[in-house]
Amino acid sequence: MLVLQAIIEGVLVGGFYALMAAGLTLVFGVMDIVNFAIGALIVLGAYLSYSITTHFHIDPFVSLIFTTPLMTALGMFIYVFLIKPIKTNKVVMSLLTMFAVATLIEGILDICYNSGFVQIHASYINNSLRIGKLNFPLIYVLSFLLSAFLLSCLYLVTYRTKFGRSLRASMQNPVAARLVGIDTDRVSMITLGIGIGLAAIGGMIFGTTNAFNASSSYDIISRLLVIVILGGFGSVGGALVAAIFMLVIQDVVAVVWSPVWGSTAFYMILMLVLLVRPQGLFGKKGVRAQ
Amino acid sequence: MSTDTTISQRPTPPSYEVPKAIRYGALTVGFLVLVIFPLVFNNPTISTIGVFAMIFLMAVTGWNIFSGYTGYIALGHAVFFGIGQYATAMLASYWQIPPGWETFLLIPVSMFLAGLAAIPIGLIVLRVRKHTFIVLTIALMFIFQLFAYNLRGWTGGSQGLEVSQPPWDGSIFNLPYYYVGLFLAIIAIVTSFMIRRSKFGLSLLAIRDDEDRARSLGINTRNSKLTAFVISAIFLGAAGCMYAMFVGSVYPQFSFDPAFDLELSIMAFAGGLGTILGPSLGALIISGAQQYFLITFGGANVFLIVYGALFILILRLLPGGVVPAISDKWRSHVVRKEQRILDSELEGPAEAGAHK
Amino acid sequence: MTLLGVEGIVKNYGGIQALRNCTMNFQEGAINGLIGPNGSGKTTLFNVMTGYETPDSGKVTFRGKDITNSTPDEVFAAGIGRTFQLTRIFPRLTVIENVHIAAQRKGLVAQMRQWSQPDERARALESLDFVGLTKLSREPAGSLSYGQQKLLEFAFIMVAEPKVMLLDEPAGGVNPTLLKHLGGRIKELNKTGVTFIIVEHDMEFVMGICDQVSVMHQGSALLEGKPEIVRNDPAVLEAYLGTDMTEVN
Repeated sequence: MLVLQAIIEGVLVGGFYALMAAGLTLVFGVMDIVNFAIGALIVLGAYLSYSITTHFHIDPFVSLIFTTPLMTALGMFIYVFLIKPIKTNKVVMSLLTMFAVATLIEGILDICYNSGFVQIHASYINNSLRIGKLNFPLIYVLSFLLSAFLLSCLYLVTYRTKFGRSLRASMQNPVAARLVGIDTDRVSMITLGIGIGLAAIGGMIFGTTNAFNASSSYDIISRLLVIVILGGFGSVGGALVAAIFMLVIQDVVAVVWSPVWGSTAFYMILMLVLLVRPQGLFGKKGVRAQ
Repeated sequence: MSTDTTISQRPTPPSYEVPKAIRYGALTVGFLVLVIFPLVFNNPTISTIGVFAMIFLMAVTGWNIFSGYTGYIALGHAVFFGIGQYATAMLASYWQIPPGWETFLLIPVSMFLAGLAAIPIGLIVLRVRKHTFIVLTIALMFIFQLFAYNLRGWTGGSQGLEVSQPPWDGSIFNLPYYYVGLFLAIIAIVTSFMIRRSKFGLSLLAIRDDEDRARSLGINTRNSKLTAFVISAIFLGAAGCMYAMFVGSVYPQFSFDPAFDLELSIMAFAGGLGTILGPSLGALIISGAQQYFLITFGGANVFLIVYGALFILILRLLPGGVVPAISDKWRSHVVRKEQRILDSELEGPAEAGAHK
Repeated sequence: MTLLGVEGIVKNYGGIQALRNCTMNFQEGAINGLIGPNGSGKTTLFNVMTGYETPDSGKVTFRGKDITNSTPDEVFAAGIGRTFQLTRIFPRLTVIENVHIAAQRKGLVAQMRQWSQPDERARALESLDFVGLTKLSREPAGSLSYGQQKLLEFAFIMVAEPKVMLLDEPAGGVNPTLLKHLGGRIKELNKTGVTFIIVEHDMEFVMGICDQVSVMHQGSALLEGKPEIVRNDPAVLEAYLGTDMTEVN
């Protein structure tokens, strides 16, 4: 029974990681950027929601109306002023830039909020949902639903809109996309905006389900990285499967063995998979010649 | 056929490198400054900055041997730094080494263990390239951090471990660490220099430029990368050992610290990634500034902001680093001089004809 | 005598058959041309012969030895050098360093010695002289023009003294003067015993330089013979024009 509970909880929490990993993969696919700052940005989103809810007594879900546009704008700002000017060795330089952005944000948050742990509060935060003998925290269920909803939106945007078509074109072949008149700079800017806007939502979810401080970002980023590597870089579907799979494994190990080894199991699986398939579970093998 | 002979009889082209006299002169001055530094500034606060600078000097030089030469940016070298630290702390208590000179004997042991660990790790991470490689090395560091937290019996978990310090007098306490550090750093730099000059080093640079092409020219890319990876890990192990001995304690979050790799890469990028002395220059300047900030402002958070901002600035303004910028300047100076000579030759064609 | 041969090679990419039962033999000491319409599998065959691709079935032999599953570095060490359709040099290294890369050394100790050993240096300069790039030896290779990069690629493969050189479209994008120079170099090297296999679309270049021409069509060998015979064979014309016509329709 405990194991079943663990599996379902793993799926619920996995939804959040899937959403964040999808954002990461999307940004990677379009721009060849590993957004290493995503962990720090999620924590930033969490703190923003935390401040709004505590000062104005607004429901955390409502706070997203303010934080999401703000973070989207931040994403576009980062693109225009930090990523776009990079001309040589883009892959490495952009990753290091995002790493530096992460450090900068972490330092600022640490000064503004001290390093004590906080959690976003709402009246229903301790309520739970009973199904038969199983007991689920309501907030997990709500955040899973929100993640699932946003993921479907993301899917519709990429596959059913004109912007989505430009986006997929830029992912597959940026040069050709530019030749047929797609403004890849604009596509990149919007994509990074979306990717970081999602971090505002992810931050709210993370902040309501976990106690956090400025250095929680490492915990998030390390898991997200494992998920995108395991799912195969650039594969959104792979990221979804990997996220749920990993979280379920982690929760089950925590229940049957010990919570300390939960996240270690997560990493050990990654190593084992990479020994067999260096390109991840769903990644494509790199072309060798030419 | 006649064209060939004229080509081969042409004088060899001028060297674009900064002349040996200037280079070796600067090197000697730098060396002497480092040797007398703690004697001149015998204030312990200042010489502490010096010891950290030496530790970073060997670490970044080691890091550059792999990442700078092959172009594979490893952001998980804290793994080897941490292995060096934990090996020192664990073995010092296990073998009951009395605090004092004997502890320094753990340096070669730490180097060996870090190098040994680098073999399986390298075999796994070097199978992938580019982003996946970078991300995988970061993930690996978190794995080691988790192990350090979870294997409480050996590592003490979040309590960390102590390395008891020798009962030396405060005024001279730093000196042994400084000079041993300087010695190791010089070994690292000399190794880096020898590799850069060797065929092996040339293969690494070829891998940086086009790995598949290098492979098609008979270079065993896997072994070359792995060898460089292990050599670089060895120096990080030494740095870790020095750090643990000097600081006196090890903790999972500081031994396997993502910020450590950021520091290494900032130093290398600022000085000139892939050059022999660039990273060293970056290490001396940035680690000095870092310790100064730490002492002046106390908090680590200010320091994170300074680092982040500094790194963004360096990447924007000086993406190649200081040393390449200098050699570029020199190069254009030589080219201009050459052009002047060429122009004067053109003005007097009779003279040029007389040579043939 | 056959130096390099392929036998019954099959290579599929998804549903596309790039090579279907391709059998070919290249004679020692000859300059072999390999022609065929676009998509007939020439580059794939090169990739299979040099270890970049493993065939689904079939055998590659070099001097009677099976090298089908060798890696690119092993193939090169065995004496098969190759250039790429899109020139691949090492842009951030200097021209002379580029040439030194291909010099083969065995053993760790030898690897750790200086890259500019006098004997290798002499060979490197000799081959740079041969293609006429000596005066650029200290320039970064990335700053050379496209044609000069082709010559550089040619030079660094020469340093390893390969028995066979596989050239993938050496004439593409090279100006006529430089091309003539390159043709002269190929002939000269051939006199010293180096075998060539050249994939090329420039018919004038192929017919002018090759002793033997093989034609590929739809992933297998169509025919093989002296240039003048191949040139006038109706099947070859049909292979080139025929596919074009079907594409138009």
